[in-house]
Amino acid sequence: MRLFLNLEFNLNPLLRYKSLKVSGISEMQNKIIEVNNLEHNYGDFRAVDDVSFYVFEGEIFSFLGPNGAGKSTVINILITLLPIQKGTIKVDGYDLATQPEQVRRSIGIVFQDETLDRDLTVWETLEFHGRLYAIPRNQRRQRIDEMIQLVELDDKRNVRTRNLSGGMKRRLEIARGLMTRPKVLFLDEPTLGLDTQTRMRLWEYLKEVNEEGTTIFMTTHYMDEADQVSDWISILDKGKVIISGTPLMLKNALGMDMISLETSDDARAADILKILDVVNNVKVTSKGLVVTINSDGTHCLPVIMDKLKGSDIGITSVNLKKPTLDDVFVHYTGRELRNDSAERMTSRMLSRGGR
Amino acid sequence: MTMSSEFLTIYWRDMLRFFRFRALLFSSLVQPALWLALYGAAMSSNFSRFTFALTIPPGDISVSYLTFLGAGVIALTTLFTSLFGGVSLLFDKNWGLMREIFASPTPRTHIIIGVGLSGVTKSILQVVVIMVFGLLIGVEFFQGYSIFETATAILGILVFVAIFSLGFLFFSSAISMSMETPESLQGIITLLSLPLFFASNALYPIDSFPPFIQYLSLLNPLTYLIYGLRYFAIGTDFYAMGYHYSYDLQQTIVAFLALVFFCVLMFLLAWRVFEKAIVT
Ligand SMILES: Nc1ncnc2c1ncn2[C@@H]1O[C@H](COP(=O)(O)OP(=O)(O)O)[C@@H](O)[C@H]1O
Ligand SMILES: [Mg+2]
Repeated sequence: MRLFLNLEFNLNPLLRYKSLKVSGISEMQNKIIEVNNLEHNYGDFRAVDDVSFYVFEGEIFSFLGPNGAGKSTVINILITLLPIQKGTIKVDGYDLATQPEQVRRSIGIVFQDETLDRDLTVWETLEFHGRLYAIPRNQRRQRIDEMIQLVELDDKRNVRTRNLSGGMKRRLEIARGLMTRPKVLFLDEPTLGLDTQTRMRLWEYLKEVNEEGTTIFMTTHYMDEADQVSDWISILDKGKVIISGTPLMLKNALGMDMISLETSDDARAADILKILDVVNNVKVTSKGLVVTINSDGTHCLPVIMDKLKGSDIGITSVNLKKPTLDDVFVHYTGRELRNDSAERMTSRMLSRGGR
Repeated sequence: MTMSSEFLTIYWRDMLRFFRFRALLFSSLVQPALWLALYGAAMSSNFSRFTFALTIPPGDISVSYLTFLGAGVIALTTLFTSLFGGVSLLFDKNWGLMREIFASPTPRTHIIIGVGLSGVTKSILQVVVIMVFGLLIGVEFFQGYSIFETATAILGILVFVAIFSLGFLFFSSAISMSMETPESLQGIITLLSLPLFFASNALYPIDSFPPFIQYLSLLNPLTYLIYGLRYFAIGTDFYAMGYHYSYDLQQTIVAFLALVFFCVLMFLLAWRVFEKAIVT
């Protein structure tokens, strides 16, 4: 099953092309980022291990993985801040190793942590950025106005960034990333530490930008976010890409539905259920059985319960649900994709900022 | 694409910040002037008491300690301002702002030059304030000069200050980029500034010092700056605190070239550090 998935989703571009077509992007797809066999070591520690992937022009591509998976390392290599130790990368047709200048001109970046000069105003922040990219004066001034409007910071033009709320700062950083009209916008954990409402607002802007043709490459460890916005997800863990696909493909790969059962004899129940046609996979966990099935759960559930009852196995609880990306992650790594530290951070930032 | 002038971007931001913080701006301009006034007043009376006894050939010019010190204060102020001038890079690095610049198409040499130019601007402002203030409290610069000579002398002083300042700003930028915390930067700079400070004739004549220190002073950029400053501000032949000083144009040109050499060397050092720097 796993082999099948890898071959099918990672290596068959046709399948992905089709899935993109379904999602409404119909022109021939152009690979705007191509990464082959990327490896990165910090001293002895291998942070990125033989990572290969590509991103089609116009899509929203997500790198999903827990803290420390290597997401920022990959993004930092892609945006030319870290050297390529091993592997090849092409961005917008340019070889990153030999043409970093051209790559820099093709991309926009929103960094993981705040990257604002607190003593500059909103306008000055954008002016500085535009000058760094040598956008001619008139064009620069015009784009600053456009960007400030896009992210609705008109009334904050002359406010120093230290006096902006967390959400406003992020919006300003997005405006900055976009003002050079990049082909690809890189976002490293764009919504980290923001409350749900602010996150949703941000995604409204980002979707708008994406619809106008900007490719978005983002990293996140929020599964719901990746699930909702991505055209394509690669799950990264311990420096390796574990599985890739559209959100739907990833979830369906586990089966259409998942049934959690607590029984009087989990081991025997597992043996019985494994051989059923509708069952894809049975996992015995400390909290009971997780059964993934390949057809509609509402019809299978009575069959399964009858089967267990017929074998004199008692059932203490039953739960039926659609698989989530959490389940996908657990399935492939045996661990949960925990957001503990992130959530702690969120609450800390909220209590500190109060906005 | 316009002409490559991104260093002006870096310069622009630095200046914006410099003028934004009025208190800091004010203190950086007033402090050296105050220093000259207080230290000068305190030491002048001391020195004049025992230099009275020294005989100066009749007809020769003898300058006051305050005048002698004036050039020294200009030099030391420029030294310290420039040594710390790169610290903004350290803050940019630690606050993550450097990532924006490093990931942009702006060449890294432009960062070095931009920071250098803004530091030079600050130094020149300081020097102008010190000179104006010094003249007000009795520093006898440009004595007997014509208007034209005075203008040339001021220009000469500013050119010397600029090239010296630039050299130390490049040095400071290189150190700042290699350091992790402002404290370690401060430590290194303090350690370095001590020998620079003492092996120079900024505050007192070193002619009677052990030969070792006098040789050391030949490696000290401060020596060459002060040579240029006194040549332009005081003149070619004078006595100060009983010592005879004779400066000439040729030596002044050599001093200038020494500073240019120092500046180029420091630029190459900074360049190397910046090309290798990884900021994430
Ligand atoms: N500069 C560095 N030096 C040493 N180890 C690092 C450095 N940066 C990141 N790492 C390590 O590499 C791994 C991947 O980090 P990172 O790419 O930041 O992960 P993510 O963005 O997915 O949280 C982590 O274990 C982290 O501790
Ligand atoms: Mg990260």
